Amino acid sequence: MKTFTYVITDPLGLHARPAGLLVKAAAGYSSAVTVSTDAGKADAKRIMAVMRLAAKQGMTLTVTCEGADEEAAAAGLLEFMEKNL
Amino acid sequence: MKQGTGLSVYSGVAIGPAVVYRKTRHTAQAVRGTPEEEQKKFEQACGTAKEQLSRLYEQAKQTVGEEHAAIIEVQMLMLEDLDYLEGVAEEIAAGEAAAEAALNCGEMMAQMFASLDDEYMKARSADIRDASRRVSDILSGAEEFQLPEGSFLLAAEDLSPSETIQLPRERILAFVTRQGSSSSHTAILARTLNIPSLVQADIDLDEVEACQILAVDGFTGQWFTDPDTETLEALLEKQAQAAASREALEAYRGKASVTPLGKKVLLCGNIGSPEDAVFAMKGDAEGIGLMRSEFLYLGRDSLPTEEELFNAYRQVAQTMEGRPVVVRTLDIGADKQADYLNLEKEENPALGLRGLRLCLEREDIFRPQIRAIYRASAYGKLHIMFPMVASVWELSKAKQMCNQIRRELIRDGYAVGDVPIGVMVETPAAAVIADELAKEADFFSVGTNDLTQYTLAVDRQNAHIGDFYDPYHPALMRLLAWIAKCAKEAGIWAGICGELGADPKLTEKFIEMGYTELSMAPGKILETRKLICESKV
Repeated sequence: MKTFTYVITDPLGLHARPAGLLVKAAAGYSSAVTVSTDAGKADAKRIMAVMRLAAKQGMTLTVTCEGADEEAAAAGLLEFMEKNL
Repeated sequence: MKQGTGLSVYSGVAIGPAVVYRKTRHTAQAVRGTPEEEQKKFEQACGTAKEQLSRLYEQAKQTVGEEHAAIIEVQMLMLEDLDYLEGVAEEIAAGEAAAEAALNCGEMMAQMFASLDDEYMKARSADIRDASRRVSDILSGAEEFQLPEGSFLLAAEDLSPSETIQLPRERILAFVTRQGSSSSHTAILARTLNIPSLVQADIDLDEVEACQILAVDGFTGQWFTDPDTETLEALLEKQAQAAASREALEAYRGKASVTPLGKKVLLCGNIGSPEDAVFAMKGDAEGIGLMRSEFLYLGRDSLPTEEELFNAYRQVAQTMEGRPVVVRTLDIGADKQADYLNLEKEENPALGLRGLRLCLEREDIFRPQIRAIYRASAYGKLHIMFPMVASVWELSKAKQMCNQIRRELIRDGYAVGDVPIGVMVETPAAAVIADELAKEADFFSVGTNDLTQYTLAVDRQNAHIGDFYDPYHPALMRLLAWIAKCAKEAGIWAGICGELGADPKLTEKFIEMGYTELSMAPGKILETRKLICESKV
């Protein structure tokens, strides 16, 4: 299991568009990926669940990857977040 | 000829053939197959829906821009969501028809979003409903709505966001809906497109379908089916006049507001809600000279949260794309009562605990608003303006609070812009001590409505003494000249944001006095710019 945290810097937070991009990125890995905030936890491959987190700028996201390609998933998703969030 | 009325959301006259947009009716009797068959039908329909949305997305990108088209993109993603797909599969497995299952699950998710404590996410519930309805429509064999060639007036019960977005806007002459409000999507679109439109119209859609010609008068809020010759002629005349005067003013769009002698004036819009900023832009406003905050507080049963306020101010800042935006802090008091504030009843609310006075006493009201403005200042050129200032100490104290809040936000890592702090000069006291206030304030904006009422001791609400309410009174003119002079000497700018700001009889006079900003209803901006460009000052 690989875990990392990321603080959202995008002023709009995790709104619909980045949520969609995140889901697409997560779907590229076979590992199970979850994203959580203080308020809740979501399967990163499910857009409604991710959007329901209503994560805002300044909030910390904890991302957990578990599965055969967890190393690659964690590295890839961290890079994704740095670029898009 | 039949006629009736509706609530006009945009002025103008439109005459032409009518098209009735009807929501596709569901043929609930569609043959229901085995769960396996239904599941297969659902998957096919989902595919078709995504194809439709993808075409729509490309179309919308061209016509309304990528940002608005994102609504469609989100809908595509929703149809790929596992929670949704699994939910539908479960219902189908339990014996539900595909069309119903698609609709039910969409509704369930929409309600979940509607209950979120986040305005942006709440609004997404309409998108979810839209997307699932599309799938369900395909399943029940409903055709996509087909529009005729050429221009037409569109009549409907109501129009949803995705319905309005896929309309060929260049061919629509007017909207007439039986439902909707002045802030509904249709109304917003009508104003954006500058087409006359009615909502809440008492119109029979079957009659519209049967008529040859539908006419809408957005000036009076009237509609006519198959108007008689006399009515038609009057409408055509009105239409020609409106077009001619609008056309003449269009020459001033995008031009600088500069007098022949080179005096530059900033022409701004007054707005009452974040959505209005779009119309300010349409009206060619060079900024927002007065954004009222009251609408955010009235008509509800608790104080708006910092987050709600922040989103509202941010929206305006972003819409105005770097143009200055002056936010007036809450001016609420016993006259515009919001019950949850628990304000005591007053004999004389116009002279009571209101405006900045209330804010200085009630930090629970003031603090979230100021925090929200500072946070939103990262997105544009926001200004803070205090209403109902009478003494220098009030301004100093409020400024002190603002600075403290600003420091806290910076300490907590928020991006905060430079936010000038100014005074809405509307009490005679503030006008008289303008020289003192100018040392503390970054700008002045004169609220002429209240300044007139207080200076002349004439109640604006009292119709019996209306004759004594004289906005051209020499006392007022002297105060106005003095305020501008004090501002100039202190090196700060002064503007006018009351009704007089758009008074053509005073435009030149204000410029002569030294005012460099005038703020008004967005629709008046081009007219006033014309006056400025043709003035003699």
